[in-house]
Amino acid sequence: MAAHEILAATNAVVTLDIALPGVVWPWLVTVNMWAKSIGTGVIFMLFMLLRMHPESVKNLRLTTTIVAFISINIFLLFTLADLHQPFRMWHIFVYSSWSSAIAWGSFMASIFLGLLTLLAFLAYKKNDETFDKVLLWTAILAIPVTLYTAALMAQCTARELWQMPTEAAQMILAATLSGSAAMILIGGNKLSDEAKKTLGVVLGLSALMAFIIYMSEYIFGPMKAEEVAAVLEYIKGDGPYTVMFWLGQWMTYILPMLFILLSRANKSDSILRLAAILALVGLAIVKHVWLMIPQLLPMS
Amino acid sequence: MQLGFLVDLHLCMGCKGCEIACKVENEVPLSTWRLRVKYVDVGTFPETRRTFTPLRCNHCENAPCERICPVSALHYLENGIVNIDKERCIGCAGCVMACPYGAIYIDPQTQTADKCTYCAHRVASSMMPACVVACPVQANIFGDLEDPTSNISKYIQVHQGGVQVRKPEKGTNPHHFYVGGGNITLNPLASHRIEGHQLFNNITTLPVGGHH
Repeated sequence: MAAHEILAATNAVVTLDIALPGVVWPWLVTVNMWAKSIGTGVIFMLFMLLRMHPESVKNLRLTTTIVAFISINIFLLFTLADLHQPFRMWHIFVYSSWSSAIAWGSFMASIFLGLLTLLAFLAYKKNDETFDKVLLWTAILAIPVTLYTAALMAQCTARELWQMPTEAAQMILAATLSGSAAMILIGGNKLSDEAKKTLGVVLGLSALMAFIIYMSEYIFGPMKAEEVAAVLEYIKGDGPYTVMFWLGQWMTYILPMLFILLSRANKSDSILRLAAILALVGLAIVKHVWLMIPQLLPMS
Repeated sequence: MQLGFLVDLHLCMGCKGCEIACKVENEVPLSTWRLRVKYVDVGTFPETRRTFTPLRCNHCENAPCERICPVSALHYLENGIVNIDKERCIGCAGCVMACPYGAIYIDPQTQTADKCTYCAHRVASSMMPACVVACPVQANIFGDLEDPTSNISKYIQVHQGGVQVRKPEKGTNPHHFYVGGGNITLNPLASHRIEGHQLFNNITTLPVGGHH
């Protein structure tokens, strides 16, 4: 299917325009989204495991919180680094515009980081009862924190590819996928077989659902909008991001799903860990491709 | 008051006078443009012609840039102009990503977003925007869309069926209109964009804000 048709009768060619702007949101934003997914995802997983397999993860409160704390700091650091005027970051808190997902996200991420700091302190003091109470609110806040980037992408009217329902689903799935993968690696042998099985199911189902959404957009997106069709050409045929797109899909979704099935059949922790590593690394590739391709399209 | 722009593409001859006037008036740095004229060649030799389309900020009623800006650096003036406060801008480039018209850029000197403001500083002094003054054929028509006696309102009344905006499907309700436009001039996907094929240079990509 042709992405868009340029009539032979017109044979229109742009012969003079300004050069296209380079990529506006570069790899820094990829790292931002990737780290945020891990930071919120491990909180979801810790919350879930403490209810389903409390004995298995009772000693993982501090480690998990530290991983989340570091991830969210990476996310904030790269957000700051991506600003062209990073020393004006404080303007967001003083001149906030509440129509902007960026403003909402900045406030929520800051509160989230505060809660993570509190959790780390409580875990260090081994105050498990209070920890679990605070964790509930942290897990609830993690939902909008991980979703706000989807809202931000949806506010990018120029980028037709990023539609809100799908991006929101992809963001939450990225969090459960990377959170379960990170938790498998954090927990290691401390996790019971049942806990590992649960994390494997979460990882596998997250991968399956995210893969279905990507493939749905890949196949059906061009049937709805000319711009989506044009953007998806960058990951089709000999498009500049075709290889990276499929590498990401295989690493993040297809291989982890297969490896999880294999690990369950063979009761192999090593294969489960391999699936987790592939999913974590692949997620950065998948996010990067989806971030880049709409930025290649000429707007004028 | 709701200020708006209309360009009659029948009249535009691609002299780029508006582009230069804008550059000078607003001290727009090298490699960036608030207003530029796009050339699209149409047809097959010898039956060819060249079209000219001045492109600038559309000052939308429902501006995505204003909505996404986290610090209200992009804001509406009472006369409908979407203005920018460069001192407040944090350079997140959300507006650059949101604008469906590619009208916003990162100023390499100030590292903040910038765009056409319909020469808000001149308008405040009851002067016309620089591009309107410079146009030798009066292809740029500027005025109050809420005043039925203004030149722009009269122009729209006369050319009712032929008045178009860019990308109406985006729901931005631009206050920038074209007469004599078509798919080729207003839709960026309706023409080939051959890499490296520019009349006066071979630059295909510009770094954002002067660096990647």
